[in-house]
Amino acid sequence: MPLDFSKNHFELFALPMTFAIDADQLDQAYRGIQSEIHPDKFADAGDAEQRLSMQWSTRVNEAYQTLRKPFERARYLLQLHGVDAMDAKNTSMPADFLMQQMEWREALMDAVEMRDISALEGLEKELKLHAQGLHSQLAGLLDEQGDFVAAGNVLRKVRFMDKLLEEIDAAYEDIE
Amino acid sequence: MALLQISEPGLSTAPHQHRLAVGIDLGTTNSLVATVRNGVSVVLNDARGHGLLPSVVRFLGDGSTSVGYDAQALAAQDPHNTITSVKRFMGRGIKDIPDISTLPYQFIDAPGMLQLKTVAGVKSPVEVSAEILKVLKARAEASLGGELVGAVITVPAYFDDAQRQATKDAAKVAGLNVLRLLNEPTAAAIAYGLDNAAEGIYAVYDLGGGTFDISILKLTKGVFEVLATNGDSALGGDDFDRRVYCWMLEQACLHTLSDHDKTLLMARARDAKEMLSEHPQTQITAVLTSGEVIDLTLTEQSFNEMTDSLVRKTLAPTRKALRDAGLQASDVKGVVMVGGSTRMPRIQAAIGEFFGQMPLTNLDPDKVVALGAAVQANVLAGNKAGDDWLLLDVVPLSLGLETMGGLTEKIIPRNATIPTARAQEFTTFKDGQTAMSIHVVQGERELVTDCRSLARFELRGIPPMVAGAARIRVTFQVDADGLLSVTARETGTGIESHIAVKPSYGLTDDEVAGMLRDSYAHAQDDMTARNLAEARVDGQRLVEATEAALAENGALLLSAEELQAIENRLEDLKLALQGADLSTVKRSTEALNKGTVEFAARRMDQSVKKALTGHKLDELEF
Repeated sequence: MPLDFSKNHFELFALPMTFAIDADQLDQAYRGIQSEIHPDKFADAGDAEQRLSMQWSTRVNEAYQTLRKPFERARYLLQLHGVDAMDAKNTSMPADFLMQQMEWREALMDAVEMRDISALEGLEKELKLHAQGLHSQLAGLLDEQGDFVAAGNVLRKVRFMDKLLEEIDAAYEDIE
Repeated sequence: MALLQISEPGLSTAPHQHRLAVGIDLGTTNSLVATVRNGVSVVLNDARGHGLLPSVVRFLGDGSTSVGYDAQALAAQDPHNTITSVKRFMGRGIKDIPDISTLPYQFIDAPGMLQLKTVAGVKSPVEVSAEILKVLKARAEASLGGELVGAVITVPAYFDDAQRQATKDAAKVAGLNVLRLLNEPTAAAIAYGLDNAAEGIYAVYDLGGGTFDISILKLTKGVFEVLATNGDSALGGDDFDRRVYCWMLEQACLHTLSDHDKTLLMARARDAKEMLSEHPQTQITAVLTSGEVIDLTLTEQSFNEMTDSLVRKTLAPTRKALRDAGLQASDVKGVVMVGGSTRMPRIQAAIGEFFGQMPLTNLDPDKVVALGAAVQANVLAGNKAGDDWLLLDVVPLSLGLETMGGLTEKIIPRNATIPTARAQEFTTFKDGQTAMSIHVVQGERELVTDCRSLARFELRGIPPMVAGAARIRVTFQVDADGLLSVTARETGTGIESHIAVKPSYGLTDDEVAGMLRDSYAHAQDDMTARNLAEARVDGQRLVEATEAALAENGALLLSAEELQAIENRLEDLKLALQGADLSTVKRSTEALNKGTVEFAARRMDQSVKKALTGHKLDELEF
């Protein structure tokens, strides 16, 4: 029994198809739907309903996880507009951005070597601020200007930032 | 006066009849069973008034078993056949047990999970755990006066797939219908949250006899959402006992000990640890087999020193869980303490310091998990509780596949909300390759050898093509119990082959069925009667579920013909349930199941619609 997968993630939660979203509204819609269709609500139902409930709940979790994270949300939105921003062929990045990345990476390595938690925290703060700047750029390009090619370029930068932030997480564990 | 109607037992239940369901905390040291009675969750005691059942099983030469206090009392006398802390062996091989040489058991290495040689034959940890579950099941049925509809069984949040699967199998061998495997910290959060109408971010610090879990939850009105979980499935109160035990050997200059003496001194070590929760120092005395007398004084200070590294070992996972949740210690509104080991003052102080607030200890740390599990069991069994609430839990460890070079490719990341599914495409490595070996692993490390191997299977029948041309789509699905199933199919050409596996530690469904048969053969039970009874329960459940669904919105969602078709199959099944023919019952159940698929789909759509109405009526386009 195929589910109605024709609805996109935004439609599923009755949200406008934009990068800037109301996080509270997303949370509420997510919890509202899960409250109706989660497998716990069908533990004493027939097999068909149990199976469907698991499929729906899985689908709703996927949609929520996609829309909750800025990178995934933007990538998904671009996909809906027919743009594959993370295409493997599309790897060129501006030189100044790459230089900046290298500087951050060096700072990260230094902090790990010196086991300097406060340097790590400072770097994390700086990166998060920069990531937020990229998110605002994305909102402008996607929601106002509709410039999907430019948005794709920014999205690739976001990917770099997310990777770096993940490495900072791992660095905390190494130091501790 | 009209005559009262009495239905045949087990055939028709009134729609509002209370269904008997329990929550079971299957612990390393102690186990408990609880249920909701008159709206209140209570632990069920044995005939002697004990709530806790020591998780100790003694196998006797005549094939019988003794479980609990009686077994515990004789542990030192019969160390080889008295199994304690069996939970540490669930879903584990010999190489996974670090201190195996200090244990008095005769282990047998078996693929995936070790086995134990006893006077009653070779036993799998699954069978040993099943003995504990059987006692709890019997206790509950005696206390509640009827057969159980099912049970929620708790597992450490950090249990991997093999350990979860082993727990579910143990329940099956014990004849229990598992309504859900529930993570222990989540169960505790339910008990605490519902009791205190708590809202905000809470941490549950759960240090049991053999496992440690930390979960970070967000409690909002009616929703318990696990944001992150972490832990160590081989760290618990037992390790504190062992430190004391080693200290005793050192102090008394003991080298080789009989198994009797090992078991005796381990018990003394635990007593000493427990005494130190109340007193600044304690006396340890014991008489060994040789007649040698041990007499030692242990102070709280030296206990704290020798166990300090264990306490710190719990803080690293706590930091990781907070970071995964994207939170700071100061964001946490309350810390719920679970597990007998959290009674240690040193633990409470360390946690108090870490979170900058004293932990909440107003619930009995031994009972809170079982109490929460009982509440969840009550709801899952279909007894409508007063307030409606929802539980959103996560998968504790990343799930992935082995790729070229022995590297792990993560498919489902840790802390993904369950149920969840993820698919990924792979391709062939050599020209003309017609089979692909799929190795499913769990863990965070990059090298496959550092992760836990869950299952291996082969996808065959791939049409020969040049390397890289085939498209193999591998789908991971984790269900609401946190259990994984994997499907692989070739989609590159129109030809599809397809295989589904349930990862396990080596026990096949047949082996579980075999254990179940053995278990009943001994109890002089009749498997056929058992099968019929189970099929009837399933059929009856479907009748009730279908009738309830039809009453709710059958008229709205079905045409007259569709309604008639379902009602016909419903009547067939009801008729079959009055007979005693297993295959008829199964066939009619299956027919009604098939006949209600479309209805179920429409009901599900209706539910989603219902969830969104009220918020954004104007934006709905169903």
